[in-house]
Amino acid sequence: MKEINSARIEFLSRSANEGFARAAAAVFASQLDPTLDELSDIKTAVSEAVTNCVVHAYPDELGKILVRVRIFEESVLEITVRDWGRGIEDVQKAREPMFTTGGEERSGMGFTIMESFMDKLRVRSLPGRGTTVVMRRTILQREKK
Amino acid sequence: MTLTATGNKDLLRLRLDGELDHHAASGTVRSIEEALRIYVPRALTLDLSGLAFMDSSGIAVILKAQRRACELGASMTIENVPERPRRVLEAAGIDRIVNLI
Repeated sequence: MKEINSARIEFLSRSANEGFARAAAAVFASQLDPTLDELSDIKTAVSEAVTNCVVHAYPDELGKILVRVRIFEESVLEITVRDWGRGIEDVQKAREPMFTTGGEERSGMGFTIMESFMDKLRVRSLPGRGTTVVMRRTILQREKK
Repeated sequence: MTLTATGNKDLLRLRLDGELDHHAASGTVRSIEEALRIYVPRALTLDLSGLAFMDSSGIAVILKAQRRACELGASMTIENVPERPRRVLEAAGIDRIVNLI
C-alpha cells in the first residue's frame, strides 16, 4: 500500500498527554473526512493505547511515548503507539477482556475497546524493551454533496 | 472534568461533565466517594449527559462507584448516556451489569 501522508508526535508519559494524543490523532485523521462516529472511535482507541503506556509501560517513572499516524491509499488510517517501557510478558493474556495488572483503577477492557473500534490491531512486546501497538481503520468514503 | 451533586438521603444525583479518561478518573472517583460519604443515599444516579468523551477508564470509575454504592446498601442507576460513551460501555459488555436508563 502506498503511503500518502504521515506525522509523528513524541511526548512524556504524563496522563495529561492522553487528551493531547487523541486530539492530535483525530485532527490528522480529519483530512480523510471521517464521520463524527469514526473520529470518536479513533480518539477512543488512541486514548486506550496511550493510557496503557502511561499506566503499564512506565508505572514508576516518566518515559517516552511515540504516536505515528499514517494515511495510505484507499483511505486507510494506521496509528502506531510505541513505548520503551516494561513490556508485556504475555500479550495474548493481556488482550483478554477484563484482564489487568492495574488493580481496581483499571477495567482491563483497553485492548477489547481498541479491537472493537478499529479494523485491525497488532501488538508486539518484549519484556524490558517496550511495546508497539499498530491499529488500522479504513475510513468509509461518503458521497460528497 | 466536573461533578455536580444534587439530592438528599433518598436519591443522590451526580452529573459528570467533561472528558472521562485515565487522567480524570482518580479525581472523579474521589469526588464520587466524597459525595457518597456526605449524603449516604439510598439510591445513586450517575447522570452522564455532560460527558464529551469516555474511554475504558470510565468503565473502571462506574464499576467502582457501583461497588461503593453497594457497600452502603444503595442502588445505582446510570442515566442519559450520550451515544459515544454508550458504545464504549456496550463494546465492553458493561451495559449488561449496570442499570442503564
